[in-house]
Amino acid sequence: MASSTIISRSMPFTTKVKVGMTMTEKIFARASERTQLVPGENVWVNVDVLMTHDVWDREKIVIIPDHYIFTSDERANRNVDILRDFCMEQNIKYFYDIKDLGNFRANPDYKGVCHIALAQEGHCRPGEVLLGTDSHTCNAGAFGQFATGIGNTDAGFVMGAGKLLLKVPPTLRFVLDGEMPNFLLAKDLILQIIGEITVSGATYKTMEFVGSTIESLSMEERMTLCNMVIEAGGKNGVVPADQTTFKYLEGKTSTSFEPLYSDGGARFQQEYKIDVSKLEPVVAKPHSPDNRALARECKDVTINRVYIGSCTGGKTEDFMAAAKDKKVKVPTFLVPATQKVWMDLYGLPVPGAGGKTCSQIFEEAGCDVPASPNCGACLGGPKDTYARMNEPQMLLLNLQSVE
Amino acid sequence: MAATALSDFPMAAATRLDFSMAQSAATIRGGAHLAPPKTFSPISQRRLPFAAPKTLKFSTSSSKPLKSCPRPPISASASASAAPKTTTFHGPCYVVGDNIDTDQIIPAEHLTLVPSKPEEYRKLGSFAMIGLPSAAYPVPFVEPGTDSTVYKVIIAGHNFGCGSSREHAPVALGAAGTVAVVAESYARIFFRNSVATGEVYPVESESRICDECTTGDIVTVDLEKCLLQNHSTGKEYRLKPIGDAGPVIEAGGIFAYARKTGMIASSPV
Repeated sequence: MASSTIISRSMPFTTKVKVGMTMTEKIFARASERTQLVPGENVWVNVDVLMTHDVWDREKIVIIPDHYIFTSDERANRNVDILRDFCMEQNIKYFYDIKDLGNFRANPDYKGVCHIALAQEGHCRPGEVLLGTDSHTCNAGAFGQFATGIGNTDAGFVMGAGKLLLKVPPTLRFVLDGEMPNFLLAKDLILQIIGEITVSGATYKTMEFVGSTIESLSMEERMTLCNMVIEAGGKNGVVPADQTTFKYLEGKTSTSFEPLYSDGGARFQQEYKIDVSKLEPVVAKPHSPDNRALARECKDVTINRVYIGSCTGGKTEDFMAAAKDKKVKVPTFLVPATQKVWMDLYGLPVPGAGGKTCSQIFEEAGCDVPASPNCGACLGGPKDTYARMNEPQMLLLNLQSVE
Repeated sequence: MAATALSDFPMAAATRLDFSMAQSAATIRGGAHLAPPKTFSPISQRRLPFAAPKTLKFSTSSSKPLKSCPRPPISASASASAAPKTTTFHGPCYVVGDNIDTDQIIPAEHLTLVPSKPEEYRKLGSFAMIGLPSAAYPVPFVEPGTDSTVYKVIIAGHNFGCGSSREHAPVALGAAGTVAVVAESYARIFFRNSVATGEVYPVESESRICDECTTGDIVTVDLEKCLLQNHSTGKEYRLKPIGDAGPVIEAGGIFAYARKTGMIASSPV
């Protein structure tokens, strides 16, 4: 038939030949106003959110003091003062300030550790580009957002220009299937993967996490996964947005967003398949995140001290998982990631604990009183902050290096 | 949601926030573009304290004759005002291994130092590489009691600069007087920060050099020829082209480069 001939002839001209793209490539394409991109291309990317600590569109900038606070160090406090003056001068909308260092709860604007605060305050949105002056900015990939860490000079450039030259990363895809045993957490999954690919296995690359196990994870668990892609050198980590994501975002943001997903024909540099039902709890031994061992292989290691906290390990669910009716045998320190997590420790009943809250369970177990939310324990900053008040000891951490 | 309203570059006209304000923001903790200029000077072959060996042995991976690599393209406006290029660096090298992280380059306790303040910039330099374990690295990078290093070049293995996003890492190295790092590979944020601040040239080697060099060896890094010569061993090694990053570092970082090439107003406020 004549008409069908016309249609088939016109097809190549009316439909652009399009090569499948990964979700990170698609976010780059949208933000650089391109239709097609390949890994390795350098493109100017429009930035949706810039996070920095310590500024183009004053509603797209989020500033969170969190690393160098709760200290009497004069230079550290001077720097936060300079930051505050700048935010006032520029009328920065999202400045989560802290003025009363004696009691963090006296600071209604104060949030705590930036990456978790960004999520809780609705700044992590699918399909967008978020840059932050901290290597764990990749945490926000849990929302299907492109998120990566940059330095301060680059951030200054973004403040002025609203965009930054970025290289399109190739994607490593991790397909995690199988029912996750109840003794595993997302930390086990990411340490398993880092142990496999090493601390530089994903350098300059995207780590995309998919599969039935990932779909079953809560937002906090997805954050744990994406938070640590930098420990494998990754540029960003990403989890496709789904109903879990949308439900988390309900009431947190009024900004509309457009989730993006990898095409069926997207090209991945490498694909890894992991049967989660067969995994065991793992630990990263000193002094590297890829120095992986099974937890049971370490049963004879003496622990002197325990720390639960940080952007990776200090979320509400992390504390819920740790709150068991047992006595601690060594000093155990708790640092909730944010003011909201701190409130949850005191307010939320732990499931199956007869109405007890985390704080009650921890107190009965003999843990330290939950400390003020901040990054100090991982950072090792001024001498009077958390990580530097003690002698080196064998320590069981549920965190990673910081910044 | 819609992409940002900025569709064009140069961005000076498109920005909603005065760009000069952004520069002052960048100086809060990491305004390395305002740091004092580096004091190294171009070193030509005839100024070498000794003649380069006449017979050069090639490393195992460089059995082919070394070709000069393509020169980095420079935009017209940049080359028009370009001063003589500094592309050769000469001096003793400091050799490290794989996965040197930012806590070893500059521990977090020193990050309250603000690089845009000259005295604090110098102090950052005095702490460069102070986090290296002394058992593995008995020779200090910066002699105690001084604030600069004699090592113009750092030679490293894989994944140099991994860890945190702290810009103080390349800044501390530059402040100490190091001009170039030659590594097999870099953590991406360190590489980016080196270029953005213009503090050090992050050069990639084509082969593993760190096992064949010793701290104190006298080396020459030639960016144009993409060549590292170790005069102490007589060996030569190929480097990968620094590419478009070269002119940015030479200008002194992205802000200086953007001014030089007319991307932003040339007179800092």
